[in-house]
This record gives sequence, structure tokens and C-alpha cells, in this order.
Amino acid sequence: MTATAGRAEAAPRVEARGVGLRAGLVTVAFLLAALLVGLAVGPVRVGVGSILPSALSYVPFLHVHQPLDAVDRAVLWQVRAPRVALAALVGGMLAVAGASYQGVFRNPLCDPYLLGVAGGAGLGATLAIVYASAAATGSNWTVPLAAFAGAIASVVVTYALGRSAGATHMTGALVLAGVTMATFTAAVQTFVQQQHTQQLQNVYAWLLGGFTTATWRDVAICAPYVAVSSLVLVLHRRVLDVLSLGDDEAASLGVDVARARLAIVVAATLGTAAAVSVSGLIAFVGIIVPHTIRLLVSTSYRAVVPLSLVAGAGFLVVTDVVARTVLSPAELPIGVVTAFLGAPFFAIVLRTSRAAR
Amino acid sequence: MHRLTIAVLAALMAALAVVSLSAAAQRHTRSTHRYPHRIVSLSPTVTEDLFAIGAGKQVVAVDNQSNYPKRAPRTNLSGVTPNVEAIANYHPDLVFISYDPGNFASQLRKLGIKVVNVAAASSLEQAYREILGLGRRTGHNRGAKAVVHSMRKHLAAIVRSVPKTRRHLRVYHELDTNYFSATSSTFIGSVYKLFGFRDIADGAGGTGDGYPQLSAEYIIAKSPQIIVLADTKCCGQSYASVAARPGWSTIAAVRHHRVVAADDDVASRWGPRIVQFARTVARIAKQG
Repeated sequence: MTATAGRAEAAPRVEARGVGLRAGLVTVAFLLAALLVGLAVGPVRVGVGSILPSALSYVPFLHVHQPLDAVDRAVLWQVRAPRVALAALVGGMLAVAGASYQGVFRNPLCDPYLLGVAGGAGLGATLAIVYASAAATGSNWTVPLAAFAGAIASVVVTYALGRSAGATHMTGALVLAGVTMATFTAAVQTFVQQQHTQQLQNVYAWLLGGFTTATWRDVAICAPYVAVSSLVLVLHRRVLDVLSLGDDEAASLGVDVARARLAIVVAATLGTAAAVSVSGLIAFVGIIVPHTIRLLVSTSYRAVVPLSLVAGAGFLVVTDVVARTVLSPAELPIGVVTAFLGAPFFAIVLRTSRAAR
Repeated sequence: MHRLTIAVLAALMAALAVVSLSAAAQRHTRSTHRYPHRIVSLSPTVTEDLFAIGAGKQVVAVDNQSNYPKRAPRTNLSGVTPNVEAIANYHPDLVFISYDPGNFASQLRKLGIKVVNVAAASSLEQAYREILGLGRRTGHNRGAKAVVHSMRKHLAAIVRSVPKTRRHLRVYHELDTNYFSATSSTFIGSVYKLFGFRDIADGAGGTGDGYPQLSAEYIIAKSPQIIVLADTKCCGQSYASVAARPGWSTIAAVRHHRVVAADDDVASRWGPRIVQFARTVARIAKQG
């Protein structure tokens, strides 16, 4: 692994290879292992061996005997499985969106919340929790819809603000507009929250993010957006490589820079907004996963984009397992786990890749 | 120069006279009122307690969350984000709080206002002690004793009304839709203990303050025999919404319709209305 990283460091940008077979296989294996652990581990003990027969028993005409009783079945397939699926979708989406933002804005610190998605979603969710309180239940559409609408509205305003600065300063202006929007929406959100301290607990729980109440319905809401967005982003992986050279260079190579940037930003934003609306704000995934891929595999977006998608999914599934087992049967906010595990892991990756160089 | 000195001296003397006069006036008010008569309550529970023991007439202002009893002088004062000036504006001689963010109590004390922090009770016994304490401070000893006596008597009768076979139900107390719950080391937990219920949140009680967030799969696997929803107002929860949660239909309480739709406010305070709460819980415990 370190040898690969060393090569990648030695020849940044010019690195032409896409996803190597080995790196691809390792990442997919990591995701599959994470999914299996996610299904097998939790506060309630369900035998690993009975997961597959239990799944097969739902397939018609196979006549596999259902090995689990009603309670274990409910725990496994109605509580744990949607949680694992949702964590995978959200993790993949945040990581691939983070990678794309970093490419399109040529800024390694960009994360998927950059253009005001987080602030807008937070404000939308807070308004829904506070003013539609009776309707704002875990099994209701109100909060996810409001969060989604808030995120999109915030990004549209950010984009309009950024554009008004003129095309030549586009990337810088967009980032600044995003910061402005984030600050403004955070101010309004805090004000609304302080006016309704009785709902503080609910608002806070949403802001921290997590999959405690994940259902198949959440998965169904989120999946189409994640599928379309990540497909668009993966298809743009070569364009991202070209864009990383600079706008003028990209244009001279025949790329319609403005249009490519808009497509990537729209796809990343829609996907992120859908992910955030069902999971709340989970920080750090969008930064740590793409950079780990860069350090370990390749700096080319042909590798970073697809591998971030797969590795991000696995990463968030694993952190969610930790979140629900460390204090079992109590829950830990997942943001605490992503940062607590992610930061040291990333520090090690950073160190070893430097040592290799 | 000489004239100036005289002027300054005169001004000083005038100021001294004003101060001593106002001090005398204060002493005068104190002597006519042995007990505080301008009370501000920034705690909904203390507000309920004060009115229950008969000290309501001495209360001049209560915070924006004190929605019971209706006749309490509700203001826009906040007990969560308190403003010292706004509180001082009511010229209180005693302020009750249950929460002291940013140590605002010491600021009030600097203004010469007496502040008493009535902490959130973690058991029925502590709640009784607090009511008796409020009685002593406000001159309503007898009223306070009567309230505590009545609470004890009614709670004992309510518990007795539940048949012995329903005294050991597994209980899940829900604070919000993220499955935050309360262990038996909390006030509400002490009420369940009175019934003999076993609190499923105790399984997660090792860390924290007695209000853990439970995993959905743990709740389903524990299959509580009675569920108490303290999130009916905040989050619109009901028997129907609980039964509709994926996987929850296997839970005993859902199968036997033993789901209590409690009033969020009553269930989160530690005042005399806990008797009503216990009565509702008992009614549902006897069902099914």
C-alpha cells in the first residue's frame, strides 16, 4: 500500500492511471465486509450464520427454513438492515460529493457542505421541527422534505451570489458565497432554536445526525438521488482531472468549463441534500475518505471518484456499527465516531505516506 | 476653590442621605413582610409547586414555559436563556431557578436579589423535600405539608389499585422520537419504581445522566410490556404512530395496547401533577 502511495506522491497530477484492479478489489472487499459486520453486529445478538438463510427464506420457491423468530427478524430486517443500507448510501454520497467539490473548486478543504447545504438543511429541519411540531415525527415526510428544500434553496442563493461576482473569479466567489450563506442560515437557525427551547433536544439530535431511526422508507427517498448523482459524478471523473489543471488549460483541451462545473455541482449538491435530509449533518466523511484514497491509491480523479463512493459507504457503515455498540444498548452520536476514529486514522495515513516519500 | 470643596461635600452628604433613607425604607418593607412577596419563578415545576401550596399570591412573574396553572402570571422571561435586567425589572425579593446558565444567579445576587436554585429532582422523595422547602421559604408550611401528604396518599392508593400481576411490567419511557429514555435513577424512574416496574433503560444506565438514547433494536428485543410516550406534544406521537414503526408490532405493549399518551409537560416536571400522570399509567397498566 505504501509503495503505491509513494508512487502517487512522486508523480502527482500527471498520474494517468485510473482505478487499478487491486485497489478496486480491496475497496469493494472492504465495503462487503463492512456490510456483513453491519448486519451481524448490534445490541441484539443475531447469529451470523442465520443471516443468509433468513434472507433466502424470503425468496419464493426456494423453501429455505426461516431460522429466526419474529423479534430477531424484526430487529435484523426492519431495524438493522435499513440502517446499514442508509449508512452506506449516505457515506458513499458524502464521500463522492466531497471528492467532486475538491476537484471542481481545486481546494483540498472543500467538503460537501461547502455551498451552504448544511446550513440550509439545518434551517429547514429546525423550522419543520419547531413549527410543524405535531407532524414532525420520525415516520413523517415533513423534516426530510424541509431539510431537502432548505439545502437546495441555500445552494441556489449561493450560486446566484457567486455568479454575480463574474465568471473569472467564479470558484473563489462561490466558496465565499457559500461561507456567507452558511453563516447567515446558521444565525437564523440558532435564533429559531433559541425561541423554542422545548424543541432544543429534537433540533440538536437532528443536527448531530445519525441513523438511529432509519427505515426502508428513508432508503427509498435517498436511493434515487444517490444513484443518479453518483453516476453523473463518476462519468465526470475524467473532466475533473482536466479541471484540476486550471480553467484555461481545461478550456484549451476542449472542455466547456462552465457547463461541466455546473453539472458536477448540481449533481453533488442534489445527492448531498438527499443524504442530509435523511441522516442529519455528518461531518468529516466528505474530506477524510477522498484524501485517504489520494494518499493510498492515486491522485487522479479517475480513481478518487469511484473509490471514494465505495470506500465512503463502507466507512460510514463501520462507524455506525461503532456508534450503536460502544455504549450498547445506548447510542453514541455518529458524528462523534466519524471524527474520533477518522481523525487518528487519517493522521496515520498522512504520516505513513510521508514516510514512504 | 473653597466653594468647590463645599459643593462637593454637600453633594456627598446628599447622596449619603439618599442611600441611608432608601436603606431605611428597605428595612421598613422587610419588617412588614416576613416572607417574600415579590417572587419570580423561572422554573415551571416551582411555579406549579408554589401555586399548589398556596403561595400563588406572592408570585409576580413566571417564565415563558410556566404554562400551569393558567392563573400564573406568565411573562416572556426565559429560564433557559435568562436576562438579568429583564428579571430585575420585576423588582423581585426572591427568584427561583432550576437551571443556572452562565452563573446568572450570582449576577442577580450582586443586585441584592435573593436567588434559590431548586434543582431537578431525581426521586419522589427529593421532590417532596423541595415542596416542603418552598413552604418554609414562602410562609406556607402547612400548605406544603398538606400537598406532600396528599401526593403520598394518592400515589399509594393508585399503586394499590394495580393488581399484583401487573406490578412488574417492563416499561419503556420515551422522551423523543430518537428513543431518548429515562432510567430508574431519574425522577420519572422513581415513579415507575413505586409501581414495581422494571425500566428497560436501566440496561444502558451505566454512563451519563440517566437519560440514555436507546437503540431501536434493543427496545424491540426487550419487548416492553408498557410504553409511556412523553413526546405526544413535542412530536405528535401516539399509539398509532408507535405501532406503525417498522418492527415495533412485535412489542408486547403494542400487541396489548398498553401505550400511555402522557402529557410531555407533566412527565418532564416533578410537581404535584405527577399524581395525574401516575393515574393514567395505572389505568393503562391494568388494560389488556
